[in-house]
Amino acid sequence: MSSPKTLFDKVWDAHVVRHIEDGPDVFFIDRHFIHEVTSPVAFLGLESRHVPVMFSGRTFATADHNTPTMNQHLPVADPLSANQLAALERNATKYGISHWGLGHIKNGIVHVVGPENGITLPGMTIVCGDSHTSTHGAFGAIAFGIGTSEVEMVLATQCIMQPKPKKMRITVNGTLNKAVLPKDVILYIIAQISASGATGYFVEYAGDVFENMSMEGRMTVCNMSIEMGARGGMIAPDQTTLDYLKGRELAPKGEQWAKLVPYWQSLKTDEGATFDVDLTYNAADIEPQITYGTNPGLGTGVTQQIPQADAVKDGAASYKKSLQYMGFAENETMIGKPVDFVFLGSCTNGRIEDFRAFASIVKGRQKADHVTAWLVPGSHIVERQIQEEGILDVLTQAGFQLRQPGCSACLAMNEDKIPAGKYAVSTSNRNFEGRQGPGARTLLASPLVAAAAAVTGVVTDPRQLI
Amino acid sequence: MAYDKFTILRSSAVPMPIENVDTDQIIPARFLKATERKGFGDNLFRDWRYNNDDTPKADFVLNNPTYSSEGSPRKILVGGKNFGSGSSREHAAWAIYDYGFRCVVSSFFADIFQNNSLNIGILPVKVSPEFLDRIFAAINADPNTELEVNLPEQTITLLATGESESFTINGYKKNNLINGFDDIDYLLSMKTEIEAFADTRPF
Repeated sequence: MSSPKTLFDKVWDAHVVRHIEDGPDVFFIDRHFIHEVTSPVAFLGLESRHVPVMFSGRTFATADHNTPTMNQHLPVADPLSANQLAALERNATKYGISHWGLGHIKNGIVHVVGPENGITLPGMTIVCGDSHTSTHGAFGAIAFGIGTSEVEMVLATQCIMQPKPKKMRITVNGTLNKAVLPKDVILYIIAQISASGATGYFVEYAGDVFENMSMEGRMTVCNMSIEMGARGGMIAPDQTTLDYLKGRELAPKGEQWAKLVPYWQSLKTDEGATFDVDLTYNAADIEPQITYGTNPGLGTGVTQQIPQADAVKDGAASYKKSLQYMGFAENETMIGKPVDFVFLGSCTNGRIEDFRAFASIVKGRQKADHVTAWLVPGSHIVERQIQEEGILDVLTQAGFQLRQPGCSACLAMNEDKIPAGKYAVSTSNRNFEGRQGPGARTLLASPLVAAAAAVTGVVTDPRQLI
Repeated sequence: MAYDKFTILRSSAVPMPIENVDTDQIIPARFLKATERKGFGDNLFRDWRYNNDDTPKADFVLNNPTYSSEGSPRKILVGGKNFGSGSSREHAAWAIYDYGFRCVVSSFFADIFQNNSLNIGILPVKVSPEFLDRIFAAINADPNTELEVNLPEQTITLLATGESESFTINGYKKNNLINGFDDIDYLLSMKTEIEAFADTRPF
């Protein structure tokens, strides 16, 4: 009998084309997503080598990082963004790659449109020149971000050269408290193990909390695996996964679906398989979270005080630099901190469930006058769901406006930039200095905490508004 | 992409004792709009290096004359723990390379940054926290102190005192750096094997 394997081992080992002694594995990639920012130089590389794309049907292109979130029917105003978008379209056409550009009915953020169209499947290997590719691990795929040299590698050979990472399991058992969302679960985990605590590891999330979580929630969790340094995170596929995928446009159908189901059901960690690190947390310990510093590990419960330097894993000098940038001090309470901007969206929280959660708080209330709120769906499909479910009416009645899909203020490559010195409660994934615009100050939080801030104008415990 | 071969590097270093230096600081997102790989060095650490009016910030290390070596630019950047965290943007490594660094030393690197660096010819050298402290102390005592990074021997040495530590690198990547090879050459030589493998995939 073969030795017990983890979910990660099963998927990894099935993709090793060749193992190099004292070197990386030649690792086969099932699906490759490209976008306008990290692909143009890779295509230039192909041209200079005079090499074609080996399997153009395994690569999918979408425009998202640079795209405006207003007036998408007009030409893109920023010439540099327009240039990158044109390059993506040109390269996709030249090499026969499927392209969902701006204005396409399926356009949206790469990590939103992949799953919702059934491109992402359990047991796959998926890469993209974007660190949040870890999102797709929610389906029991090995998915991670790569650099542009590797984008070129995958285009040319459908493989990359990867040493196998170590394995970590993070188990969360129990029942989540009121108003605690998947975003809070992952922010809590990152705060516990720090922004570098999982570097060198691939994480499997296990336990009741993830088993009971929706696919949208699992995507939020896996999305932020990179924020604790992990290469990626994954969750074993189960009935929830299959129910989500069945009938999606590009998912397998009929006989092919039936043939794959038993394989997918075998993708789970065997009894007795071991991990290099095994961590366990209790759901009951998690309250709605918020970050106060300049990396995603510097976060705490929304009602808590900002810790003293000696209570965090970062060095004291770096920690104090971080608080100085944010304009916060040790021992201050986060509740009541003024908020200027609220951003709902990104590949972390731009899905329909996130809009449902946001609407549950703002319903019957009004947006705080001084708050600018940017509500950005992750895709046109999400945008349509928001309309069809009546969420748009709720938002509009509360004084909000819906924008058009894209990465938007998550990384502020388009016009959606938080001004210097302003505070934004953001449902995105990073609170780095200047991430949402030069000098911007970001507090990462769930859609419920964002909604509570949007209607009160200050950091607020969403449990007070439910 | 072809890059210069890496064997033994001797240089004084630029110290940056900050933890969690993320890729958004190394190259802010607004500079990712190029469609060609050039000129990124000018925007390396842009928001730490320049004021809004593009004047240099005097207190940032790259603007400090103490750490500039006229005529022979410093090729080693020494950073704090968890260097290169954040985005997968290879532009961060390009900016470091384009500025003139060939080696980054830290006690801890983010994975994707480390991979990206190796893929474009920058050697990330991971040292112990104690040795990192020794390097910072030595540069503090003498800003012109030289380091020697010996890739074939896998050692890093403070030349003034001879204090040395060995570092690890996988043999394949080491061979690539020493010879200036890249992965695509290797993978293209496996074309038939890869095509046969692809045929076995269920989707």
